Amino acid sequence: MTLSTKHLLGIETLSAEEISSILDTAQSMKKEGAPPGKESSPLAGKTIINLFYESSTRTRTSFELAGKRLGADVLNFDFSTSSMSKGETLKDTVINLQAMNPDILVIRHSAPGAAAFVAEAVDASVINAGDGAHEHPTQALLDLLTMRECRGSIQGLLVAILGDIAHSRVARSNIWGLTKLGATVRVAGPPTMIPPYIENMGVEMFYSVEEAIADVDVIMCLRIQRERQQKYLLPSLEEYAKFFGLNHERLAHAKKDVMIMHPGPINRGVEISSAVADGKNSFILEQVTNGVAVRMACFYLLAGGRQGHVAH
Amino acid sequence: MLLIKRGRIIDPANRVDGVFDVLIKNGIIARIALTIEPEEQGLRVIDAEGKIVAPGFIDMHTHLRDPGQESKETIASGCKAAAAGGFTALACMPNTGPVNDSPLITGSIISKALREGCVRVYPIGAITRGLQGEALTDIGALKEAGVVAVSDDGEPVMNAEVMRRALEYVTYFDLPVISHCEDKNLSQNGDMHEGFISTRLGLRGIPAAAEEVMVARDLLLAKMTGSRIHIAHVSTAGSVDLIRTAKAKGVLVTAEATPHHFSLTDEAVASFDTSTKVNPPLRSQKHLDALWEGLADGTIDVIATDHAPHGAKDKDVDYPSAAYGIAGLETAVSLTLSKLVHTSILTIEEAIAKLSLNPARILGINGGSLNEGGDADVTILDLEKEVTIDPENFRSKSRNTPFAGMRLTGGPVMTIVKGDVVWESESP
Repeated sequence: MTLSTKHLLGIETLSAEEISSILDTAQSMKKEGAPPGKESSPLAGKTIINLFYESSTRTRTSFELAGKRLGADVLNFDFSTSSMSKGETLKDTVINLQAMNPDILVIRHSAPGAAAFVAEAVDASVINAGDGAHEHPTQALLDLLTMRECRGSIQGLLVAILGDIAHSRVARSNIWGLTKLGATVRVAGPPTMIPPYIENMGVEMFYSVEEAIADVDVIMCLRIQRERQQKYLLPSLEEYAKFFGLNHERLAHAKKDVMIMHPGPINRGVEISSAVADGKNSFILEQVTNGVAVRMACFYLLAGGRQGHVAH
Repeated sequence: MLLIKRGRIIDPANRVDGVFDVLIKNGIIARIALTIEPEEQGLRVIDAEGKIVAPGFIDMHTHLRDPGQESKETIASGCKAAAAGGFTALACMPNTGPVNDSPLITGSIISKALREGCVRVYPIGAITRGLQGEALTDIGALKEAGVVAVSDDGEPVMNAEVMRRALEYVTYFDLPVISHCEDKNLSQNGDMHEGFISTRLGLRGIPAAAEEVMVARDLLLAKMTGSRIHIAHVSTAGSVDLIRTAKAKGVLVTAEATPHHFSLTDEAVASFDTSTKVNPPLRSQKHLDALWEGLADGTIDVIATDHAPHGAKDKDVDYPSAAYGIAGLETAVSLTLSKLVHTSILTIEEAIAKLSLNPARILGINGGSLNEGGDADVTILDLEKEVTIDPENFRSKSRNTPFAGMRLTGGPVMTIVKGDVVWESESP
């Protein structure tokens, strides 16, 4: 099947079938490499622009590599330093980029809804690489792929997401994706970091990490932003580590074979101890590997490729 | 000279509801009687059969942007928008550039409005110099210059001592203080109502308590000082409860609600449409229910627009970057009729009182009633008129409305100021 939408703005608007289709495509690409096409470069002649208004190494390079592996021309614009944009508005920037006729525009921006706003303004397909605390769909897709690879299916999994749920686009996209595919999701963290009515998104809410991680198949730690301290959400990072951080002692409350995941970059000793991050249950590096495959699949499908043509 | 024939006159001040003819001469209502024959030459006869003839509507909460931001609105364009919305008068907030915190600015607004405005304009002066929340303005001199109230609208007076002294001081000048209730520490320049929708969208929430703690504070201060306080743009259930309780205890409080707050919930934000960004924000259904109840039982005295025009530069941006505000003058009456009157939340008499008599009383200005010998400020309504909101037809210089394309029933058909028809709908 192909995607029903021209853009990938979030997981909330995707159907379970579409999510599975992207995961299947990504799985094939990971195994077989780029799908057969013109000289194995199905996106040859296509242009992808990465437009990043927030600094990012991992996500930007992952998109870049994915595009290049499919044979596309990839341009990177880093607007995370304000001098680059020279006071130009987001709309003016993207309509100028549109004038270069890109096929796909990847955007990361601090404003929730920024990707949807850009999608309205341009002809290109838009991939949301993170819009504020709203969504980060490719991160959720690579997380889902990592879980599915290890456990065979998302259906029936019990997943705990720990940390600053209120400000996390990773949490939101994962909640939509996991619940659509039949997993049960728990969220846990200090009360200041749990947003109101989060249960209405179909999750169970905890404050206690010990209670939240009991019996779960997957623990996903979120990065604690250091500046949250200034916003009165946290007394200190030490306090967070002591009461909410994932360490070996606390992990004893979880199943022996629990998967440990983190979208990165990690704060060692804050939300996750080094021993846990580097331990045998950690899938953090596997997530990074899967990120490239998932982004290849998204590019491929948005550029009009069909899932099914990929698998041999 | 005008003769309005066979309209249903609803004049809450005089408890009148019946079909009469109204003769207007020299800007004055000359006669109201069962039948008046057109005897004189040059008389325009207006057939108002099936229509409602009401005292001219008064919007006590308008941002005219003039001086300072004339690309968004001017006194002339704002007055045209008011007239097209059925308003014969408006009170304009002082957050202009420069701020209306001196008699000089007040005087210039009044004289410009007399020259260029087609409706009556009543300036509201600032409570504090430059809206800084610190030093009081020369409130007495502002009153002499013509302000009808004081307010730091757009900015709350965060310092409770400043608010206490402002409330005390105005009692000598018999001016109401209009309070924009918002605790800036709690609201954090948020994007929208804090609730499930803000959680879903990842936008920064403004909790209901950010308004309510300030409403509670101001009611306590009004009680302590015995002053008149008017709470602007009430948006939460808790505020309605607090005001209702205070009124029962004799606090001299009045309150207003805006059409956007009683017509839309925070669900409207879900598409990231920046025309829905407003402060206070669109709230959830629970709060709308409370506003309807407060409007019905009289806790909320006034319907006011908080007309806040903005151009594309401020609205055609990502949601957090967008300016707060909705251009409301040209949709307010249709929304009131559709969302409150046709739904039986308010009777038509109550709606008219909240749009004319009550704001006139609070501001201590003429108007708000239809009396022989009184000023001929009249709004004529058609309750059954089908209206589709089209911002392209706005007289305002701005188009920022979340109601574009909405179909409503009822609206103004004619606006008469000082006996002159300043606006009439194209399809009679």
